[in-house]
Amino acid sequence: MKSAPFEYLRPKTVAEASVALGRRNTTTAAIAGGQSLIPMLNLRVVLVDLLVDISRLDDLKAVTKTPDSLWIGALTTHAAIEDGKVPDIFNGLLRRVASQISYRAIRNHGTIGGSVALADPAADWPCCLVALDATLRIVGRNGVRVEKVTDFIHNSFTTSLSAGDIIMGFDIPAPQAPLRWGFAKVARKSGAFAQSIAVVAVQGKDGPATVALSAAGPRPIALAATARQLLGATSSEDEIRAAIATDLATHFRGPDSLDPYQIRMHRANIVNAIRDMRSR
Amino acid sequence: MSAVTIELNGVKVAEEVEPRLSLADFLRERCALTATHIGCEHGACGACSVMVDGVLTRSCLTLAAMCDGRSVLTLEGLRSDPTTDLLRRHFHQSHALQCGFCTPGMLIAARDILLRHQRPNDPMVRHELSGQICRCTGYANIIKAIVAAGEEMAGTLAATAAHANP
Repeated sequence: MKSAPFEYLRPKTVAEASVALGRRNTTTAAIAGGQSLIPMLNLRVVLVDLLVDISRLDDLKAVTKTPDSLWIGALTTHAAIEDGKVPDIFNGLLRRVASQISYRAIRNHGTIGGSVALADPAADWPCCLVALDATLRIVGRNGVRVEKVTDFIHNSFTTSLSAGDIIMGFDIPAPQAPLRWGFAKVARKSGAFAQSIAVVAVQGKDGPATVALSAAGPRPIALAATARQLLGATSSEDEIRAAIATDLATHFRGPDSLDPYQIRMHRANIVNAIRDMRSR
Repeated sequence: MSAVTIELNGVKVAEEVEPRLSLADFLRERCALTATHIGCEHGACGACSVMVDGVLTRSCLTLAAMCDGRSVLTLEGLRSDPTTDLLRRHFHQSHALQCGFCTPGMLIAARDILLRHQRPNDPMVRHELSGQICRCTGYANIIKAIVAAGEEMAGTLAATAAHANP
């Protein structure tokens, strides 16, 4: 199983990489860890003329903590986050999410930037970053732009990236009060792609609260009614289940409706994430 | 073609490779190192596991061109590695292989587990090993071998420490 032939470049700077990725009349792709891209090239579901290796660009590796936010460079690997090499100002949420992605060998090379750039509907980081209201910075031919992760992902495997764009990293706002979080996913075996991913984030006792769900539709969604139920610790699980049902009905209508099994599975998974949050 | 220089099992190797050549094919076809097995070729089975710059890596999900300037360690390079030696003995004692196809990847992954976790227990080994597929053994004996090797390693460490600080 081999990829179709392609040209390979390893530019020394982000600017050179951006120019190479924007080359005219050429199908290009950036490669960082390659843990999704290489199998897709080998299976020939992705065909490129030019592969631009951005994995050694130091400008994409910075990790910085400020009082207001945490900056995670796009090339930060899942394993680095799992091992606590990134300051986790979210009470361990990032480490927990990272440790459940695929297998260790994949986590050693796969990057947070690559995960979001691919925008697989069953990926963990888009869900987590939407729950934490993260933004990402993208450098391209027209300079630098900043977008919310939730706006960046348009559809399954579809983002606002265009030729020449490179994700620099993610800016995650610091919680106003110690973060209470929950994380749950449904997967056939540990490391397999998930059928449902839920991340719950509540700042302090009274919020704000967010609940994000992935693998249910083409892109991560924020469940507003469910999040409102989490403000104040008094909601019963029945009230929460009702709110989840409202959110699922709002987001999945008509031809996009979920079948009864999917509704039960996602609801159970979200309730598990909320129990996980309440148990902390 | 892409020029690569790789430190392969401690020896510098310089080659010209096609950019699409995987590290797994590079090892087997260009370097005749066939301990690295090729199973699924899309990262699901772990048979092709090697170490790149000291971290566990799927050689089928790595391009040889991307390894330029890196160090690669295969099972052939671990002949005199004490952790691999210990694991090999416990795999033998616990009958942790049948056809043996997955074994090189299992040994590389097991060594990585023992180097990152002291005395890993059964559930931890199961979780860590979820990326390695074996179609014969049902995993029970592989897990038994790794747990036993971890216990022997921790026991030896404790004995050495006691000897050093009586």
